Amino acid sequence: MREISMMEAVREAILQEMKLDVRVILLGEDVGKFGGAFHVTYGLLEEFGSKRVWDTPISEAGFMGVGIGAALTGLRPIVELQYADFIFCAMDQIVNEAAKLRLMSGGQTNVPIVVRAPQGATGRGAQHSQSVEAWFMHTPGIKIVLPSTPYDAKGLLISAIRDQNPVLFLEHKLLYGAASPGGGKALSDSAIGSVGRLVPEEPYTIPLGQADIKRSGRHVSVIATMVMVHRALAVAEALAEENIDLEVIDPRTLVPLDLERILSSVRKTHRVVVVSEDTARAGVGAELAAQIAHDAFDYLDAPVERVSADNTPIPFAPAAQDRVIPNQADILNAIRKVLSNK
Amino acid sequence: MEYNLPPICEFDFSGLDTDLLLSMYRRMLQAREFEEQLYYLFLTRPMPGTMHQATGQEAVAVGVSSALQISDYVTSTHRGHAHCIAKGVPINEMMAEMFAKRTGSCKGMGGSMHLCDFSKGMLGAFGIVGSGIPIAAGAALSALVRESGQVAVSFFGDGAMNEGVFHETLNMASLWKLPVLFVCENNQYALSMSVTESSAVSNLAERSCAYAIPGVRVDGNNVVAVYREAQKAVARARAGEGPTLLECVTYRIRGHARFEASSYRNAGEVEAWKKLDPIIRFREAMLQSYQVTQSQLDRISNEVDLEIKDAIAYAESGPEVNPEDYLLYVTDEANHA
Repeated sequence: MREISMMEAVREAILQEMKLDVRVILLGEDVGKFGGAFHVTYGLLEEFGSKRVWDTPISEAGFMGVGIGAALTGLRPIVELQYADFIFCAMDQIVNEAAKLRLMSGGQTNVPIVVRAPQGATGRGAQHSQSVEAWFMHTPGIKIVLPSTPYDAKGLLISAIRDQNPVLFLEHKLLYGAASPGGGKALSDSAIGSVGRLVPEEPYTIPLGQADIKRSGRHVSVIATMVMVHRALAVAEALAEENIDLEVIDPRTLVPLDLERILSSVRKTHRVVVVSEDTARAGVGAELAAQIAHDAFDYLDAPVERVSADNTPIPFAPAAQDRVIPNQADILNAIRKVLSNK
Repeated sequence: MEYNLPPICEFDFSGLDTDLLLSMYRRMLQAREFEEQLYYLFLTRPMPGTMHQATGQEAVAVGVSSALQISDYVTSTHRGHAHCIAKGVPINEMMAEMFAKRTGSCKGMGGSMHLCDFSKGMLGAFGIVGSGIPIAAGAALSALVRESGQVAVSFFGDGAMNEGVFHETLNMASLWKLPVLFVCENNQYALSMSVTESSAVSNLAERSCAYAIPGVRVDGNNVVAVYREAQKAVARARAGEGPTLLECVTYRIRGHARFEASSYRNAGEVEAWKKLDPIIRFREAMLQSYQVTQSQLDRISNEVDLEIKDAIAYAESGPEVNPEDYLLYVTDEANHA
């Protein structure tokens, strides 16, 4: 075990799986010579050669389709999108082909493809900031992984690569913890602590569909994803001084969703806050709130609170972006709200 | 050329053995009769869904597929019955799929527009126009990576050439010298829109020059001409020389789907093309060549008639889909559905 960044953890998972399984190939913009826009794939072209690592033209729909075709015919492609926002260029291939082919073929084929995409607001304006998970929760046939720590990222990515189904693997840019070769210092967030930074060197898997209790507590269940896990943990530390004890649950995968672990927490605390960076309307919080309200209605002492991004494209000005994206104060307010309902 | 008729080409049987010619003839008849019987079924019975016929286009599917091995890959379109039949997908199972039966090619989960048979390299008919094009290139890339020697073919229509993925894929396939054939089945219409109104260039094969690959325009109603061009392109692909764009000029004799009446085109045009029916032309040319006899061809015709009748009986007698069957197929773990 040693402490590594999420960027290094993701890279290590890819590297180890590519060594283990010749069927694993990489496709994407700048993943080869340049080593990936966020440096995740550096050195892999040199290690595995141009038959395993394919630098693609800027043709997201095209190379997504190429990845799907390769997945149908014996390979296990990992397709990288430079920013999650670009996934919309490839929407038809993911939604109409990758996600539907298993059913349309009557189970003749699986589509073992992993689509990696860095997401989250980092001051780059509306077209390089979006969180896309809710779009794909609405797409049956594709799994969704969104790790919050290097440890989770490595184990979940190895599981995703070995999975028979299409998996969307989202990586938060604020969590990478390493500088990109494009210049500038590593993006980060003041709330990110040392949780989950110790990562075994050998390969390991974390099953898809297993939530993780990042902090156990008695008073409020805070269900959070990606960078919001860290903001929720920071809020939990602050509230501990008031003897308010938060339980922070990281679903780690939204599809499949470990509803049972979430419900058992709700049955203990009776109060729930869902924190995610996607927009509120028809988003992650809406879906979780509906499922919790339906399955644990009698246990709830307050309505489920959602903390999500405002229903707006992400604005550029840092002050405006910070207003739109959930911060620690937003999480704190939501917790006080569910606690005030006696 | 009135009515944009194809570059008519005489049949050249030199060096082709009779068995190959007869098997191509049989495949074309199977495709025609499969769809003619479906047309009748849709008229007379409450059939599920819809279907798109490729009547008059059979020479393209059969000519190209006759140049392939079973292990080679094909992607097809919403108008894909002939491609499946040409690639050897069992007709009984295809018919059962049309009846939405559990015995169908796709267990009743796909339907006409999503027919596939992975055991025959048939990766799927794709109901989204153009979507199969990059997927075929991906199958070709996979063959290249695995060094399997396989090639992939993507069939698509004139309409699909205006989709972005057509251009994205031809560019990548050329850059990477993928073993793939792009077969444009130019049937002159994208539903109601004539290719003369949808494409800025009238010779669609010319679009290949933008991607530095060969573009070939062939009489798509001459199965032998299509076969010969496909053979050259397949050889090129297998030799590592990259993709070819093959434009097969043909015509959709029937409407877009089922009984669609095609009010957007004139009767003279349809009649002119009917005179170029690929099955009749092939039959007459074979008889003139003295390579086959009338009775040989009639026997095949009778056998195909029976085979399609049997396929309908097979489909009718098959078990219905259980309503909850879909739960087996959303992902490979039912509990994740």
